[in-house]
Amino acid sequence: MNAFEYTFLIPFVPLLGFLIIIFNFNRFPKKLTAVLATGFIGFTFVVSIYTAWQYFFQMGPVNGVYPKFIGFDFEWLKLGDHLSVHMGTLIDQASVMMLIVVTTVSLMVHIYSIGYMHDDRGFNRFFAFLQLFSFSMLSLVMATNVFQIYIFWELVGVSSFLLIGFYYEKPSAVAASKKAFIVTRFADLFFLLGILLLSFHVGTFDFISLTNPENFESFNLSGYALFGLSIPALALILIFIGGAGKSAMFPLHIWLPDAMEGPSPVSALIHAATMVVAGVYLVARLFANYALMAPEALALVGYVGAFTSLFAAVIAVTQIDFKRVLAFSTISQIGYMMAGLGVSHYGGEEGLGYMASMFHLFTHAMFKALLFLGAGAVIHAVHTNSIREMGGLRKYMKTTHITFLIATLAIAGFPGLSGFFSKDEIITAAYQSNPLVYYALLVVAGLTAFYMFRLYFLVFWNTEPHYHLKPHDPGKAMLIPLIILALLSILTGYIPFGQFISSDGQPLHTHLHLDMAVISTLVSFTGIALAWMLYKKPSDMPQRLIASASTLYRWAYNKFYIDEVYLFVTRNIIFAYISRPIAWFDRHIVDGTMNAIGWVTVTTSHKIKGLQSGQLQKYAFAFVSAVLVISALLVYYLLNN
Amino acid sequence: MSFLLLFVIVPLLTVIAILFSKDIKQTRWIAAIGMSVQLLLSAALILMYLKIRAAGITDDFVMVKNLVWFPSLNFNLTLGVDGISVSLIALTSIVIFAGVFASWQMENLHREFFISLIVLATGVFGFFITIDLFAMFVFYELAVIPMYLLIGIWGTGPKEYSAMKLTLMLMAGSALIIVGLLGIYFHSAPDGGLLTMNLLEISRHKIPENVQNFLFPFLFVGFGILGALFPLHTWSPDGHASAPTAVSMLHAGVLMKLGSYGVFRIALFLLPEAAHNQGSLFLILATIGIVYGALGAIMQKDLKYINAYSSVSHCALILFGLLMFNRSAMDGAILQMISHGIMTALFFALIGMIYGRTHTRMINEMGGLLKVMPLLGAAYIIGGLASLGLPGFSGFVAEMMVFFGAFTHADTFHRVVTVLAASSIVITAVYILRVVGVFLMGPIKDEHHLHLTDASWWEKLSVGTLLLFITLIGVFPHFVTETLIGNSLAPALERLMSNF
Repeated sequence: MNAFEYTFLIPFVPLLGFLIIIFNFNRFPKKLTAVLATGFIGFTFVVSIYTAWQYFFQMGPVNGVYPKFIGFDFEWLKLGDHLSVHMGTLIDQASVMMLIVVTTVSLMVHIYSIGYMHDDRGFNRFFAFLQLFSFSMLSLVMATNVFQIYIFWELVGVSSFLLIGFYYEKPSAVAASKKAFIVTRFADLFFLLGILLLSFHVGTFDFISLTNPENFESFNLSGYALFGLSIPALALILIFIGGAGKSAMFPLHIWLPDAMEGPSPVSALIHAATMVVAGVYLVARLFANYALMAPEALALVGYVGAFTSLFAAVIAVTQIDFKRVLAFSTISQIGYMMAGLGVSHYGGEEGLGYMASMFHLFTHAMFKALLFLGAGAVIHAVHTNSIREMGGLRKYMKTTHITFLIATLAIAGFPGLSGFFSKDEIITAAYQSNPLVYYALLVVAGLTAFYMFRLYFLVFWNTEPHYHLKPHDPGKAMLIPLIILALLSILTGYIPFGQFISSDGQPLHTHLHLDMAVISTLVSFTGIALAWMLYKKPSDMPQRLIASASTLYRWAYNKFYIDEVYLFVTRNIIFAYISRPIAWFDRHIVDGTMNAIGWVTVTTSHKIKGLQSGQLQKYAFAFVSAVLVISALLVYYLLNN
Repeated sequence: MSFLLLFVIVPLLTVIAILFSKDIKQTRWIAAIGMSVQLLLSAALILMYLKIRAAGITDDFVMVKNLVWFPSLNFNLTLGVDGISVSLIALTSIVIFAGVFASWQMENLHREFFISLIVLATGVFGFFITIDLFAMFVFYELAVIPMYLLIGIWGTGPKEYSAMKLTLMLMAGSALIIVGLLGIYFHSAPDGGLLTMNLLEISRHKIPENVQNFLFPFLFVGFGILGALFPLHTWSPDGHASAPTAVSMLHAGVLMKLGSYGVFRIALFLLPEAAHNQGSLFLILATIGIVYGALGAIMQKDLKYINAYSSVSHCALILFGLLMFNRSAMDGAILQMISHGIMTALFFALIGMIYGRTHTRMINEMGGLLKVMPLLGAAYIIGGLASLGLPGFSGFVAEMMVFFGAFTHADTFHRVVTVLAASSIVITAVYILRVVGVFLMGPIKDEHHLHLTDASWWEKLSVGTLLLFITLIGVFPHFVTETLIGNSLAPALERLMSNF
């Protein structure tokens, strides 16, 4: 018995909600569905808050270290004689923090969707899927072992698939959902192989024993590995590829921008705040292993994160689809978190990057969800996704404007807002350990401020196009979440995060690094100022700038043609040169051989048929010849012996 | 009288009752009642089996009963089951139950159709309840013969060609099997006792290794043809495409499992040394089958061909798991038999129902069907997700257990084949989502499809039953892998592992 047994309720209640709604999806009135779904997720939210309070405040650290608890646990499946897969809830610093993130954003998105999806035929289906997603995500977050994470990893993937393709009559949505699923599935293959390799050598799936540095010596890690990598490095890199797929790291990022085909609340919940950070969470879960067993794998995480961050920020500057700007911004910010992990060490002050990364995950979830919900409100009002057809909206949508501005300031790292604090910690951590990553992240900070304010000015200022219907603020159901999230985007920065989350369980005392803060503030102000000059009022400056760097612009605008590379490989190589030939080969060669055997048999039998002619002379002739041949053979045989 | 014998008696009684039915209504209700009884019998069998095990009886086979058949040759009808055959009997009764409801509107020669269908099932049931090799063989033949009629008479497309091809290839398999069985028979009593076809008695003696090496390919290939072993799988796409719905369901769902069951029960169990000597060769074929089947499915346009190639891939995974010779992988392989059996039956049922409405199986002639038939469409999507190995459904557990077991071999050869086999999880996702995206989602392509109706009650029952079991096994896999199969793998494992 333990104090956290009740935590099974956290994933279980949304699961129940999903089952209840999906089996009645054409019976329940919209109101009932809305009340049920929001009630269930609200309950989960309250339980999560209680868990956090109990874990961080009532119990607190024991001997200066936060303990890990298994709240609830059962054996699900035996694999062979030694290993088994368990399902349960793990309560530790990271999982409790993620519970807060997931349930908060999910609750906000539920409330928002009541307004947003109000006139949609698929209202019930939508809420059922949201519940399914919440269930899977919460189970993923609280997984007690790698295998459980993998199981729910796949389930959040499928929830994402169902929600991206929510408007299934729209070909672009279908294509996007397919792409998201297949790209992440491809990455999951590596994840699976990594799990298999790791568990084969370590003999356990369990996080508590797997990540305890005291156990590392008892692991049997000998054996050959590929490319000169050690076994743990190879396994952890494979697992990271899985994480990179979900978290849209280069070059597996291509599904996320397309995933914007889903309804905006979905983008806010799944593709901004929760599921896409699962990769970061996964690396954080196994952080002790990365940091102590395979520093080379961790370095790779850092470089991939930093590169992705820069790469996506450059693309974000050129995009004109409201949600795609935000999507590339998400990719860029997740890269930030990965880079934060990559530059961190295990334990003590050196573990600042880990703490900073989790901090940024937390604050980013709030302001990015807010940005997407704000985008949803705007798109709802003006019926277009293109920021070229927007402008001057501050006059019509006052509350949306204010909340969106707060989120933009937060992500741009404006002093005093949440993004400023978390970003500052990551930049400090990078400065302390890796100059290359540090400069990349600094440039990204500037670019972020620039493209976010470019977006902001183009949508809320600049020239006003002719609107057929006067745009207006959305209703209460949509406004309340915006306001709450705006408050959170300001306040979460003041949480003394190191007190709660750290790489080794010991509270970490952090302070503002003034020199870093000054530099990053200057960089971010520069970005904001540039955007102000270029986009606040209509001018031809942006066009002239584009013309002067047209090649770079074209490449960035076309996302560096990565999609085209993938398309080429799948269509023109895999489909055309592997799959189609196999289909042909099977029908014509393999099956042809079978048919040929059949043909030979039939033809032979036709020929042999002549033998049974019914003519006595022929039989007699055959009989006599055979006797002669056999006699000859017999004589030959006898003579030779 | 043995309880196990009921599994062939009930279908036979059903067949006799159908002979006297007046119209389709009576026929289908008789069939439905008979097969419901069969389903209940399986449930009872599971309970009885668990009770026997709970009582502490650890015999390899339980409920053993010897019925003399040909005393002169010592061929007997020896009945007996273990956890594996019990689960396969359950699978068979689930599939035939769903199959009867999927054929609810088979107006044409309804009596003959249901009789042939149930005779086919009788053969399968018989195969699983005996442990006498000769009796198994006879029951197997009993299942193959009605297949020819079912496809030749009630099929679609080039049905005579397909029926002939399927029957001939399976008969070729039978010829190989009988050679193998006779070979075993003549080495069943090395110390001069009475020759026997009884599985248990044969297993008491060791068959000389050179004899094993000679017989193993006959049995593995013979059963392999039935289990869609590459490159002898080509009867499957044509056969399935031409067969009527329930026949495809039963055939892909259960009959193909006879092949893998035969490989496990006879080839691997009785010839363990040969299995080790030649395993690698067949492992390569199985790996090719997994990847090749999946890649082949990507480019198909006919729903049934897609599912047929997918079956080639999934069934190859069964052989792949069996050839890993360890508990996790073999457990997974047997779970895969059950899982694929239900899943593929579900697909063929759905394809039949959709074809019955749209009169086409070409995916590019359909589109947006999810909107007009949400239940059938959703069922197809769920089946697809199960097929691509989504957790929560049976296929995932089976695949994971196989991959996990395969990964315990640390040598390069096994690592390579495992990685190749595992790559099928991506390819499967590609072809499943492609199909779903083309014919269920998107805008409606054909205006005539706007007026189609969704599932009727018998279709709901058929599809619902199959979906229920896929999910139940996926959520509570422990019941099958531990409670039911449990130690039933031990005798085979012991023999396979003893010398190595």
